[in-house]
Amino acid sequence: MTIPRGKIVAIMGGSGCGKTTILRLIGGQLRPQSGQVRVGGQSVPDLPPSGLYELRRRFGMLFQFGALFTDMSVFENIAFPMREHTSLPEELIRDLVLMKLQAVGLRGAAQLMPVELSGGMARRVALARAIALDPLLVLYDEPFAGLDPISLGVVGQLIRHLNDALSITSIVVTHDVYESLKIVDYLYFVSEGRIVASGTPEEVHASSDPFVRQFVDGAPDGPVPFHYPAPAYREEILSRDC
Amino acid sequence: MTAELAAGIAQWLRRLGATVTGAVSQLGFAARFLIAVLWHTPHAFRRIHLTLREIYFTGVLSLVIILMSGLFVGMVLSLQGYETLKRYGADEQLGILVALALVRELGPVISGLLFASRAGSAITAEIGLMKTTEQLAAMEMMAVDPLARVVAPRFWGGVISMPLLAALFSAAGIFGGYLVGVRLIGIDAGAFWGQMQAGVDVWPDVTNGIIKSVVFGAAVSLISVFEGYIAKPTAEGVASATTRTVVISSLAILALDFVMTAFMFRGANAA
Repeated sequence: MTIPRGKIVAIMGGSGCGKTTILRLIGGQLRPQSGQVRVGGQSVPDLPPSGLYELRRRFGMLFQFGALFTDMSVFENIAFPMREHTSLPEELIRDLVLMKLQAVGLRGAAQLMPVELSGGMARRVALARAIALDPLLVLYDEPFAGLDPISLGVVGQLIRHLNDALSITSIVVTHDVYESLKIVDYLYFVSEGRIVASGTPEEVHASSDPFVRQFVDGAPDGPVPFHYPAPAYREEILSRDC
Repeated sequence: MTAELAAGIAQWLRRLGATVTGAVSQLGFAARFLIAVLWHTPHAFRRIHLTLREIYFTGVLSLVIILMSGLFVGMVLSLQGYETLKRYGADEQLGILVALALVRELGPVISGLLFASRAGSAITAEIGLMKTTEQLAAMEMMAVDPLARVVAPRFWGGVISMPLLAALFSAAGIFGGYLVGVRLIGIDAGAFWGQMQAGVDVWPDVTNGIIKSVVFGAAVSLISVFEGYIAKPTAEGVASATTRTVVISSLAILALDFVMTAFMFRGANAA
């Protein structure tokens, strides 16, 4: 799997197939049992802790439910990475935070606390925080999960716009085929720890691969079975041991 | 039959071994965790506002419960102490009894127990929930070490608050003892304070009490941050971590108190 610079790449797969694990491998929070993870030519698992932290400063990550710091206001959440990693004067931090918030359309919400935000707004604040230090690479963990159709469109468009405006590389881990086909440059389909298919949105639309078809059409049964592995139905029902 | 018995014993031994090695590795992990927290201590003091905030949450907000409990404990001590001392005609000694009991034992121990249930449980729940909602992971991905940013300030906030709370507990207790002994029962105020001044020494009584409260503060804070940090990221995980913090802290305080008392006052008794 390669992720070219400046592109948006989606990694798709059913729940629990290891999508988030891929992000954790890229971020160095997990170590691979086998294989390699390279970012910008550096092997992530071989980096010492200081090198890993150095690398992560150039990352932004959007967590599934935002993972905003609940004891800080929206403003402080976005200022957090700036305060931790730079010694910028307070006025400059203020201006930068307002610019990031303007980009996600929530400048008016700067003084709210995370509990006062809707799911979609929290996701946008988390996005503003992810791009606070102008990262090279942004990792999105299920950016579309649990959003209403309007927020869904807003977040999707923001990912595309921010990627192009800031020339970021984006990796979107998601199971929302419909939304991601609209914004991404390339898709990988993952199942049981393997890449089973890949292609551009056009190729995916035209694909006849059974896994891709099941995923895009949302068919309940197919290469991804409806049933969790179990002994034969008839035998289990008729057997007498409890 | 013998083969079955042997297999049963082998299995029992295996389970025992697994429990022991599990406990030992957990203990080793806690020790490494403590070293990591201490390693990040400079961060907690360089960014002093983080630690001050924790002192406020664990210390200042615990003041009401600490002062009220101290007052009542002192009042009860005074009532009970007077009843006993009166039999030997030593009721003038009430001041020294109340002060020694509080400064040496009850101050550090009871304020430690209250601190564990009020502040320790809150620290565990907060860190556990931060873990559950991926806030700690988010911090790591922002290249900010949660041990330095979240854990170290809370640990040191507890270590600093605890002796201050214990001192205030003892002070409130002595005042409660004065209220009951002098104002209610009518012991001479001069005798009450005079005996106390003559009988309580800065060394060993007060100093040993302070040492105890510092040790309790470090133990409770370490247990609280550790349990929060290793909590399973689920609702039940945080709930059981909070319970464990209170239970383990309370046992640790009582056990440590016995050990420290044995060392501290052995010499004093012999003399």
